[in-house]
Amino acid sequence: MRFKNVFSIIGPVMVGPSSSHTAGAVRIGRVARQLLGRTPDQAVITLYGSFAETYSGHGTDLAIVGGLLNMDTDDDRIPEAFSEAEKAGMRFELRRGTGTAPHPNFVKIEAAADGKEISVSGASIGGGNIEIHTMNDFAAGCSGYYPTLVIAHDDQVGVLASITAAASDAGLNIGFMNVDRKERQGAALTVVECDRRPDGALLDALSSLPHIHGVSVVDLTS
Amino acid sequence: MRFRTLAELMRICRQESLTITELMIAEQAHETGESREAIVGQMAAYYQVMKTAVHKGIESDVQSRSGLVGGDARKVNEHTAASEPCVGEWAGKAMAYALAVSEVNASMGRIVATPTAGSCGIIPGVFVSAQERFGWTDEKMVNGLFCAGAIGYVIANNSFISGAEGGCQAEVGSAIGMAAGALVELRGGSPEQSVHAVGLALKNTLGLICDPVAGLVEIPCIVRNGLGAVNALAAADMALAGVRSAIPSDEVIGVMLEVGSKMPGELRETALGGLAQTPTGRKLTEKINAAKPPSL
Repeated sequence: MRFKNVFSIIGPVMVGPSSSHTAGAVRIGRVARQLLGRTPDQAVITLYGSFAETYSGHGTDLAIVGGLLNMDTDDDRIPEAFSEAEKAGMRFELRRGTGTAPHPNFVKIEAAADGKEISVSGASIGGGNIEIHTMNDFAAGCSGYYPTLVIAHDDQVGVLASITAAASDAGLNIGFMNVDRKERQGAALTVVECDRRPDGALLDALSSLPHIHGVSVVDLTS
Repeated sequence: MRFRTLAELMRICRQESLTITELMIAEQAHETGESREAIVGQMAAYYQVMKTAVHKGIESDVQSRSGLVGGDARKVNEHTAASEPCVGEWAGKAMAYALAVSEVNASMGRIVATPTAGSCGIIPGVFVSAQERFGWTDEKMVNGLFCAGAIGYVIANNSFISGAEGGCQAEVGSAIGMAAGALVELRGGSPEQSVHAVGLALKNTLGLICDPVAGLVEIPCIVRNGLGAVNALAAADMALAGVRSAIPSDEVIGVMLEVGSKMPGELRETALGGLAQTPTGRKLTEKINAAKPPSL
């Protein structure tokens, strides 16, 4: 189901004018911010389709920048997101994407801070709901509707078993999981949607497992 | 959720003697693992945001961010109060309130997406005016939003709710169907009558394109919200009178998917066709672009 429950239809509370082009855009920007784990020093925002044609009137640019500053959809500062970015020391560049995109409302965000670089691409599918297509150029497939673990690891036997065992030990239920790898035994990324926010102990446990290189939490629910 | 179609929704309600509202609250609690109080509390907070937006739009001359539109809600509200409106007093109020919320949205004010921001005026317009008219409690209205949400959930998962995907029929059309179905239940109609109201309403917006001037959620979106609220009242009345949707509502939703999928990109929220590309639409676009040059 693309739309998960009643509040994906009635809601979110948001500043206007467009749930696809403003609220959904805020949320994709916020996913990128949280994957990076801090406010970006710089970001490149590439818009496709209806996003590229109508971003200005909808404040899509303000919305994505607001999301990169970790604002939620109803943050009154979204109309002033550019000056907020300047205050936070975040530089950004807007680009128009070329070629076809997988959805009429599509954006790719590349962000960096302190030598760490991430990328997120996603679609805004209506009513503020989103689908994250890729994270760091791996297939992601998550919705932003649940607290989400993003785990970078090697493609090795037993890694997924150790991840799910750690979640099980923490009493954490998994609702959705997606694994993608660059090549056999190469770099891989696992995205796990959980029914509640993973706690610090679980993150420590996951980080200490063999073949795991990085654990991030993306949580738009709070 | 135990239902995927309106037919399933109706069947479960009939078998378990539930209203659509009661079923939706129970299903939502199960899906999210939250208490009934927490869920209803969240919806109650949303209803307050809707009411605040209605009052803001009616009591002040809200101007859109572009300066192109604004103040129409107030005009319609004053006309409704001062003279005998053609559509009658209460449809006039619903129209004024829907315009109000959509104008607040266009000013980058705070609203609730119902189901989207482009269509955020219709449900508050219908709900807040009906509450005043019938003296209903906030609690009753908050419950009614769950009924609207259940209908929207089915439409969204079988078709679409965004203009970029399926045209304005997906946004304004969905909102009218949701408002009509919920109003039927609020007035004491059966789940079956609610579902017929959805089909009756959607049939009247099939094929509606999304063609915002300059890509702004202003022209024609705001006016379509005002007229959409009146449509919702009319569809609810037809269903309460016993009129049935001869084509079952689930099949109408299927048509929305078919029509939206065939709609060219120019007519799906890109501002490359329709009203956006009329001589006046283009002139207004140039005016806005001159004031704020696009950086792409």
